[in-house]
Amino acid sequence: MNETGTFCFSRRDLLKGGGALVIGFSIGGSALPAAAARGDVAGPPDPNAIDSWIAVHADNTATIYLGKGEFGQGNTTGLLQIAGEELDLDMGQLRWVQLDTNVTPNQGATTSSSSIHRGGPQLRAAAAEARQALLALASTRLGVQTGSLTVSKGVVSIDGHPTRSVTYGALLGDKPFNVKFTGTAPQKPINRYKLVGTRVPRVDIPAKASGTYVHMQHVRVPDMLHGRIVRPPGQGAYGAGAKPASIDESSIADIPTARVVRKGDFVGVVAEREWDAIKAARALKVTWQESATLPSNADLFERMRAAKTTDTVIADWGDAPNAFAQAAHVASSTYRCPYQSHAPFGPNCALADVGPNGALVMSSTQDIYNSRDMLAQVLGLPIDKIRVQYYEGSGTFGRSCYEDAAQAAAVMSQAVGKPVRVQFMRSDELGWDDYGPAHLADVRAGIDASGKLVAYEYHGWQHGWVVNETTHELAQLTPPKERTTGAGSIPVNRMSTGSMYAVANRRVVSHAVPMVGYLKGAPLRSPLDLSFAFASEQTIDELAAMAKIDPLEFRRNNIGDARWLGVLNAAAAAAAWKPKVAASVLSDAEVVSGRGIALGTHHVSYGAAVADIEVNRRTGNIVATHVYGALDAGQVINPALVENQIVGQAIQATSRVLKEEVTFDKSGVTSLDWVSYPVLRFAEHPHVTAVVVQRLDEPSTGAGEEVMGATAAAIANAFFDATGVRLRQYPMTPERVKAALAAKT
Amino acid sequence: MVDEIKIKVNGNTWPVAASPDTPLLYVLTNELRLHGPRFGCGLAQCGSCSVLADGIEIRSCVTPVAAVADKSLTTFEGLAALYAQQNGLAQAPALHPLQQAFIDEQAPQCGYCYNGMLIKGAELLAQNPRPSEAQIRSHMNGHLCRCGTYPRVMKAIQLASTRMAGAVR
Repeated sequence: MNETGTFCFSRRDLLKGGGALVIGFSIGGSALPAAAARGDVAGPPDPNAIDSWIAVHADNTATIYLGKGEFGQGNTTGLLQIAGEELDLDMGQLRWVQLDTNVTPNQGATTSSSSIHRGGPQLRAAAAEARQALLALASTRLGVQTGSLTVSKGVVSIDGHPTRSVTYGALLGDKPFNVKFTGTAPQKPINRYKLVGTRVPRVDIPAKASGTYVHMQHVRVPDMLHGRIVRPPGQGAYGAGAKPASIDESSIADIPTARVVRKGDFVGVVAEREWDAIKAARALKVTWQESATLPSNADLFERMRAAKTTDTVIADWGDAPNAFAQAAHVASSTYRCPYQSHAPFGPNCALADVGPNGALVMSSTQDIYNSRDMLAQVLGLPIDKIRVQYYEGSGTFGRSCYEDAAQAAAVMSQAVGKPVRVQFMRSDELGWDDYGPAHLADVRAGIDASGKLVAYEYHGWQHGWVVNETTHELAQLTPPKERTTGAGSIPVNRMSTGSMYAVANRRVVSHAVPMVGYLKGAPLRSPLDLSFAFASEQTIDELAAMAKIDPLEFRRNNIGDARWLGVLNAAAAAAAWKPKVAASVLSDAEVVSGRGIALGTHHVSYGAAVADIEVNRRTGNIVATHVYGALDAGQVINPALVENQIVGQAIQATSRVLKEEVTFDKSGVTSLDWVSYPVLRFAEHPHVTAVVVQRLDEPSTGAGEEVMGATAAAIANAFFDATGVRLRQYPMTPERVKAALAAKT
Repeated sequence: MVDEIKIKVNGNTWPVAASPDTPLLYVLTNELRLHGPRFGCGLAQCGSCSVLADGIEIRSCVTPVAAVADKSLTTFEGLAALYAQQNGLAQAPALHPLQQAFIDEQAPQCGYCYNGMLIKGAELLAQNPRPSEAQIRSHMNGHLCRCGTYPRVMKAIQLASTRMAGAVR
């Protein structure tokens, strides 16, 4: 079913001939019929009703209502496998509807690799309950106890009498279940799984490869205007806003249909033709009030260290100061980690149709219900007058500019009374992102004479994440708002800072830097875990070298947890690891090679990586030639999906540790295109070997983050192995490599 | 003011309503409503908007529509037909061999960059049916992927190359 993509029947019907708009306006219009059709009223639908999750059709197919979004990670396929397993339906009998605030249950944000981890058990329970209800109907129809029934492909038959059967479709055929979701229905035992654990091909790929997929950027509606935002080229210090001192509207007078939209400090342009909107956004003369209060890249970390921070002890076990005093070797260093951008390959796009009685907003949000709350504030409309529909955009990897684009489209649509499609330009997306925050770390760890870790201490400095989006703040002139400041702000992750090792004396302290005066922050894939791993796993590696122990053996000796040991060994085995003390064999050649190993996590899953790299000592260029990534995410619903995630993480982490850094001066961000914000290119990509550690008896946990930190740290450790020199700041650019090598000699 | 421009896309000739300086991309996406070429940077830096002009890959985001009025343009949507024409097949397959290989290798994640990956990969295979890994890396280097699917694009090009050699021989 649904060969043409994630956009299933209801969504297509909405789009036909601009039907979406009619639906949007009908929200507050005429009186609703007594029994409203699915989608007619504002959601979320009742999570305690099975009908909110699953519908069974007369043709013996089922529609699954998914509250998690497909972002290219393949979760749609995995979630359908879970539902199909419990319902005893084949993949070909499943359709799906994804993320629509009038239609789909609220399963929370599609963030933190939670689709299978948290969304999966909900859907499994709902499908089991639906199956139980269908069996009860079949029992009545066939005149036997439910215990005598068996199901295959949605056909219920009497065990031993296959001809006495009835289909799900015949039992329910587009009628509601009217069954309460109690969560108590028996679930299929793992040893009877047929779909879960198998390599079902991704359901979204045929449409993506054949060109029929509808990305957000493809959506058009009749009578629509094109909008673009107008701001200073890159954001300045958070809290300073972007204040237009003057706007010369005559500067776009010669561009057909172009007009300025202003609300508060928000400035945008609309035009009937997209190219005219782009030209107008470029041509519009705006004088911005000067603000030069950012640090520059050069003094960022010193400013963070000097900031008035709120300090929180994240972990404090044993007696770290005393243990350090007793240690045979201590490694102690400072690590510097940059702001990085989500940098979706296609900038965010959104389409809004806002009228006096309601709004329909289509966007690539990770959380439709939160988007609706935010839009309600920006538009001054009650949430039940707003409908948000999700369309997949270009991979976002956390909170890129999707809310900003949606709010900008909504503000402009409200102002002009027509649907407005906004696409961010490349410089908008890279310059106004909510970046993954910079991080400064002081790490210290010690071992005894036998190479056992006895003390570990991590101090991390970082600011937090934004609450409101830039359009909101500009249009409503609201003060800056960090998600939480002080003790509740985004902390150092205790899981990523030494938790994988058995160390009795461990202290982790988070130094919360207030975000005002820095750049806007938000979670970027593996939020700060890549930075924590870069700092922490280099420190571990340094101790192995001090003790003259092979870094794999050193880690094995210091791990107490079987799952950490398992994932470490899986990566090492894939790489055919040969024991060697790091940097014990150094070469004078121009191009030298090295191999490193490291662990990484996010919250619960276990990641490990081995990286092989080459360093050109003359040019300073690093090439990662092969990354072996291993991931233990508990019960893996579809190993092929997790392998794909490992490949993506290995490549993206290589990019982030070698290439990526947001640059800025005191006035604003200056990395605004793919030249000034370089990412890993095709010719530079390493081979990747992906290893899934399948643990069917463990709960499923996330699979999109853990190999990021492991890969980045493995590359850093490989650099030491190749050169005998530590790089304690990333990205590991040729300039930094040359400086580090020169400092050694 | 506008002398009517016509462009030839996937074998059909279309009148263009946009002004001559309009980049080809916006004509393809907003007038022809094609889903293949798509906006990525507007700066010819990423390959998201690629199309073939007389078989050569160009960046439609920086190419004024007037500049390609005399070219034969092929987009994602027309690649299977172009492949049939290049190889003397009586009928165009449903998918270009590289599209099928993308499916078989389970290559895309978000899939947004796959317009460019397909256009550039197909251009390579038409010019060099058995490219080496180094030649693939070099040829594809102007096309970015943020999801990190380069290794699978590589495998897919190699798979398509093998299959095409078998089919054509």
